[in-house]
Amino acid sequence: MVQKTASTNGSTPALKPKDFASDQDVRWCPGCGDYTILKQVQNVMPGLGVPRENIVFVAGIGCSSRFPYYMDTFGMHSIHGRAPSIATGLKTSRPELSVWVITGDGDALSIGGNHLIHVLRRNVDLNILLFNNEIYGLTKGQYSPTSHEGTVTKSTPMGSLDHPFNPAALAMGANACFFARAMDRDPKHLNEMLIRTHQHKGASLLEIYQNCIVFNDGAFEVYTDKQRRSDTALYLEHGKPLVFGKEGEKGIRLDGTRPELVKLGEGQWSESDLWVHDEKDAFKAYLLARFFEDNRHEDRLPRPFGVFLDVERPAYDEIFNRQIEQAYEKKGKGDLDALLAGEETWVVK
Amino acid sequence: MSVKITEKDDVTIRFAGDSGDGMQLTGSQFTNTTALAGNDLSTLPDYPAEIRAPQGTVAGVSGFQIHFGSKAIHTPGDSCDVLVVMNAAALKANLKYLKAGGIIIANVDGFGKRDLSLAKYGPEDKPLEQIQTSGYGLIQLDVTKLTRAALADTGLPPKDVDRCKNMFVLGVIYWLFSRDIKVTQTFIEKKFSRKAEIAEANVLALKAGYAYGGATELFSERFSVQAAQIRPGTYRNITGNEATVIGLAAAADKSGLPLFLGSYPITPASEILHGLSKLKHYNVRTFQAEDEIAAIGSAIGASFGGSLGVTSSSGPGIALKTEALTLALMLELPLVVINVQRAGPSTGMPTKTEQSDLLQAVYGRAGESPVVVLSPESPADCFQMIFEACRIAIEHMIPVMFLSDGYIANGAEPWLFPKAAELPQIKVSFAPPREPEDAPYLPYSRDERLVRPWAVPGTKGLEHRIGGLEKEHGTGNISYDPDNHHQMTLIREQKRNNVAANIPEQKIEEGPESGKVLVVGWGSTHGSIKAAVNELNAEGLAVSHTHIRYLSPFPQNLADLFAKFETILVPEINNGQLIKLLRDQFPAFTFHGFNQVKGTPLPVSALSDAIRRATNF
Ligand SMILES: Cc1ncc(C[n+]2csc(CCOP(=O)(O)OP(=O)(O)O)c2C)c(N)n1
Ligand code: SF4
Ligand SMILES: [Mg+2]
Repeated sequence: MVQKTASTNGSTPALKPKDFASDQDVRWCPGCGDYTILKQVQNVMPGLGVPRENIVFVAGIGCSSRFPYYMDTFGMHSIHGRAPSIATGLKTSRPELSVWVITGDGDALSIGGNHLIHVLRRNVDLNILLFNNEIYGLTKGQYSPTSHEGTVTKSTPMGSLDHPFNPAALAMGANACFFARAMDRDPKHLNEMLIRTHQHKGASLLEIYQNCIVFNDGAFEVYTDKQRRSDTALYLEHGKPLVFGKEGEKGIRLDGTRPELVKLGEGQWSESDLWVHDEKDAFKAYLLARFFEDNRHEDRLPRPFGVFLDVERPAYDEIFNRQIEQAYEKKGKGDLDALLAGEETWVVK
Repeated sequence: MSVKITEKDDVTIRFAGDSGDGMQLTGSQFTNTTALAGNDLSTLPDYPAEIRAPQGTVAGVSGFQIHFGSKAIHTPGDSCDVLVVMNAAALKANLKYLKAGGIIIANVDGFGKRDLSLAKYGPEDKPLEQIQTSGYGLIQLDVTKLTRAALADTGLPPKDVDRCKNMFVLGVIYWLFSRDIKVTQTFIEKKFSRKAEIAEANVLALKAGYAYGGATELFSERFSVQAAQIRPGTYRNITGNEATVIGLAAAADKSGLPLFLGSYPITPASEILHGLSKLKHYNVRTFQAEDEIAAIGSAIGASFGGSLGVTSSSGPGIALKTEALTLALMLELPLVVINVQRAGPSTGMPTKTEQSDLLQAVYGRAGESPVVVLSPESPADCFQMIFEACRIAIEHMIPVMFLSDGYIANGAEPWLFPKAAELPQIKVSFAPPREPEDAPYLPYSRDERLVRPWAVPGTKGLEHRIGGLEKEHGTGNISYDPDNHHQMTLIREQKRNNVAANIPEQKIEEGPESGKVLVVGWGSTHGSIKAAVNELNAEGLAVSHTHIRYLSPFPQNLADLFAKFETILVPEINNGQLIKLLRDQFPAFTFHGFNQVKGTPLPVSALSDAIRRATNF
């Protein structure tokens, strides 16, 4: 791709979102949720304080994975499902880079499921944006591992049979240190979540509900349309009670370890009885991850958005490089002649 | 006591025992001593496939063969002169390797009723007696009893005492071959430096064995093998996997690049991961990935970031890597893919050797996917060829496949190792930073060899995107243009072919430069072919040997060599793979195959017969 010339001469001027747009025509379907995500990513970039040449986007394959072509940073459009492993090699060998992984629900959870869980477990310092549209977009609309049961697609004319993956629970199961959820239709919140994703040191997984207008239109409408969203979407805020509903009239309390949906203002429960969100509490994050009932059912627990968990564990790339330093400290710089000779030699005259 | 000492040109000894008997250690100690005595040698371990096969069974037998001599030695030997067996199962599994009239040294304590039944001998079988009547020499030692007697005063528990049995046997063998025990004694003292009583016991057993050799009346002769006439210099012993590891570290040093190995364990390639993991202070990084795909993925990511990406595996793992390999060749990044071949397909025979991944390496990918393919010809040659693989990958921005195999990987030979200063520098050129007013950076522009620039993240002004989609020539923008795809396909092919201008010419190694029969080999058959051709030349048959280490592209003068011979014989440990490549690229010549796919190296005797037959074609 031809590099567009950056702005003026002299000392590096502050970059603007448009400086992160490449010269390539964006080729997603009109109305695709990917556009808003691209825009928000470009919006947050100048504020991250990372030189543009130190930013790399690595993607797999899928509509979403075309993303790097549209960013004027370093980028790689790789192969289906494998972006986390490529990014792992890049980040561990170049820890100073800001490495972003772009992946879809099929890319991350089907073909690349193995790499995703391992990158989370290892806690490689990557920012992973999972564009979840609950469908295979690029291959023209087969059901995906996040499609709900009974999804009718070209490959499932009688409805899909598989139970869907719960990405939050999967992340918890893999011992992820950061998990957050956002959606394309709420750009302001998305913007905030992108920054949080970047700020977290270690593997950060941001699941973004993304509308595929062509093959799965309205999949997340229950969380976005004006009528229903306040009853279905629960916005998490650190230190705040779990409250939702049009008038903030509903909440979640913990009955032992069981979350319970309660009505506020009816005399029985008040805000002080509610579960207070704590991003640092991995046990509670596990419970939040279980808020995953089929959103077509009534009386369900709301779907949480925001940061579920944000805890620290040494980042893999950091300890990887520390071990190398330790090797140098302990043994000094390796002497190639000593290595060539090994421990035992003999002389033939 | 004066026992006659007989001079021998070369001897092959096979040590065999239960996995727990320490035969690998015994063998490698004998090897070191032999090397220091100045013999030429070649060794091959023969491990059981199971980690802990039931004790005393044939499945649990572990062997180690060494062929050494006062003349040049090219193979570990088709069969042995001396077979050391620690139990009945070892005899059962290995008698077939003993030459007619050979000597068996048996630990009789391993031939009790239970041992015989575990080894599946019949109740009436008396294998040792049967051996004596079949013309073999038999030396029976009650190793357990003798070792216990020798160590009676150490006060060690019987378990520890019995662990010294292999050293007793080694002591006997040292006496038999008129060898010094000093090398092994030093080794033991170093190895058990923190367990003085164990070190002492092992040395005692070693000395007791040596003394027993002289004191007993069992032996009617001793042997001696004089130092060989080999090139002067400083040598070490080395296996193929060790040489591969050192070659990679040398390439990191000579290119100045960090080396990044992404790997997933698999026999017989794992030692490369193990070996490099210890070399972090040599600018080497190792990553044990979750699978082979992630392993190559991480190596590609590292190469994108400006490291030398390497991944190592064996056939089944290489199959998993193929899609990512096509990505690397589309990205045109340096990448070294090591395939330590084993007997396939599928899980096949993991601990056995084979050369059957050549066609996979050259052709086995989606689309038109030209990569460079190299193969070492011996354990020590792994050093030079892996260094070459790295050099070509970096200088030509192309994936290189390195085809070693189980035999080369585990086999060992003396190596006249180079000095670091003698090794060539590997040229690395990263694209320089760019100012806004400079001409646009074109990721897929090319130099005269068709090599594109390596622009690594972190370089100002070089922001660009690459990927697996077809790119427009020059700009690297996505392109579905039919003519462009045709052109790019040809460019990638030509770029690979251009490597031929940067590799050595093919040479005739043995025999006349022209004549009747040319034997063309590749990979680990080198030693067998060389030995067979030497033997036939000595008999007065004019046959020649050339060994191809650069398999894709081939050296430019290959056809000229072929043209000088009437008959071309291509022996391989596969069903005929190099021969297919040769027939395809050199249709003017007739090639004859000689193929064995038994999981073992080509026996020199069978090969000599085949070459002899070829002289009559
Ligand atoms: C090895 C391999 N298998 C299959 C495909 C075909 N393929 C491309 S994208 C895709 C699914 C993409 O779905 P998702 O990751 O959800 O991305 P989306 O297009 O929905 O953004 C598939 C099956 C491929 N490119 N490579
Ligand atoms: S198919 Fe769906 S996901 Fe893909 S670009 Fe079109 S709208 Fe977006
Ligand atoms: Mg999808």
